[in-house]
Amino acid sequence: MTSNTVRMMSASGILGYGFPEASIRAAMERKPHMFGVDGGSSDPGPYYLGSGKTLNSRLAMKRDLSLLLRAAVTSGVPMMVGTAGGAGGEPHLQVCAEIVREIAREHDLHFRMALIHAEPPKDYLKSRLRAGRIRALDGAPPLDEAALDSAKRIVGMMGPEPYRAALEGGAQVILGGRGTDPSPWVALAMHRGMPAAPSWYAGKMLECACNAAIPKKHDCLLVTVGEDYVEAEPMNPELRCTPLSVAVQALHETASPVIRHEPGCLVDTKDCRIEAVTERVVRISGMRWQPEPYSVKLEGVRSVGFSAVTFAATRDPGLIGQMDTFLDFVRESTRTKVRALGIADDTYQLVLRVYGRNGVMGAWEPATHVVPLEMAIVAEAMGTTQEIANAALSLARVTLLHSDFAGRMCREGNMAFPFSPSDIERGEVYEFMLNHVVLPDDPLEMFPIEYEEV
Amino acid sequence: MTRLKDIAKACKSKNAGPFHITLDVMFDDPALYEKVRASGVISAERIASLYQVEVGQVLFTEYPPALAWKATLPRRVPSGSVGDTDIYGAQQHAPLLDIEVEL
Repeated sequence: MTSNTVRMMSASGILGYGFPEASIRAAMERKPHMFGVDGGSSDPGPYYLGSGKTLNSRLAMKRDLSLLLRAAVTSGVPMMVGTAGGAGGEPHLQVCAEIVREIAREHDLHFRMALIHAEPPKDYLKSRLRAGRIRALDGAPPLDEAALDSAKRIVGMMGPEPYRAALEGGAQVILGGRGTDPSPWVALAMHRGMPAAPSWYAGKMLECACNAAIPKKHDCLLVTVGEDYVEAEPMNPELRCTPLSVAVQALHETASPVIRHEPGCLVDTKDCRIEAVTERVVRISGMRWQPEPYSVKLEGVRSVGFSAVTFAATRDPGLIGQMDTFLDFVRESTRTKVRALGIADDTYQLVLRVYGRNGVMGAWEPATHVVPLEMAIVAEAMGTTQEIANAALSLARVTLLHSDFAGRMCREGNMAFPFSPSDIERGEVYEFMLNHVVLPDDPLEMFPIEYEEV
Repeated sequence: MTRLKDIAKACKSKNAGPFHITLDVMFDDPALYEKVRASGVISAERIASLYQVEVGQVLFTEYPPALAWKATLPRRVPSGSVGDTDIYGAQQHAPLLDIEVEL
């Protein structure tokens, strides 16, 4: 077994971000044991999980999937996508499955496909909650059965086990719902007999593909897993992995660069050695793995109502000098006018973000005494219905434009609006509501696998 | 006095999940990294005071393989919740730039 190695490819940071066709052809010549790509992230915010919409366009996902599928089928090896469609819920998974079937028809490809579902039923979650088998993580919002009922959609982040089960079930193409990012690659490496520590390290590198290389680009990465090491090499000859670029990747979107909690284990990279093999290839060794009680992280969102926004800006030094008192007046005056429409105070919220001052950092902004030349206000109204949001925003907009203030020089209007229409409906919007883990009896119980012959 | 923005290779911020922000300061010169490390100006206490959180809420790691420090802290507002200003958390790094270092 000591000479055994497993080669795996990751196409890009996220399915639909794109990658050069030449890179996947270069990868095929290296005869990898799988082609994969991570499909998503919680980074773009709660909207995608809530609405069921995909993060990237169908056309962009289809282009990437088409290259990956043809490479995998030609090579006779598995193709896996984790967190399909961006958020990894049921609608996201189904969109990707439909694209895969369409590509198979267009290119006359045939394979066994597995879909791994990641939306646990609320009844299951309630019974886990009653059994004390849902734990809150650091700073989690409170959770009870009513909170679970209020959720629009909840997904569990699967580990490698469901992917391994699908491989054992003979699937060549595996589309997973929400999962922890390294899972598809960890599953393949362990399925082929590699130990957990280097398999997990490889998975973590592969999930962001050439984020571990310089110059940073969306491109294909090949990782070789050995018994006690991992080697990384970009498939584009213009890119390089260096010890520093690989170490930097360990910092990416993670709370700690040296300790990672994953389903059923902890990956410790404190004592890793990172060495250059060539100018473009890096070898990492010394990673450690230890089992932990099996847990599955949940992601969930609930609706917070409907939103409408407008953009307005001022170049008036007199107004910029008294923006706080002006906005206090605008809030108060808007409230009075909205009440006159019969809209109760507790059915909407007005949020005014002031750019040029602290629109980016809010209360974290340390530079509080800078006077800018221009200020922009993004006014947002959130209502229990779109009609309420629109009505409140409309009145806030008029109040911003036409309110008096001391020393006012331009009575025609206080704000420059760049657009007509000025008010933009954003539709239903969501918030993240869970920072919890489920302790399942079995790593597979939350993730049913469905097979089909394509 | 030298500021981090003049000598660091990167000062950056990003989400670490929907409820946390993670800050990275990175160098590309090992000798300079060691000097700044020895000065102790980059610490959990310093990050806590810059971002107005309790020091106990900052997960702070020195990471010499990447010539880096990492600090992870709770977001002011969860990503995308009402009033959030930075969904990806990618523009919360500016206070790091002005940290002063005596070389």
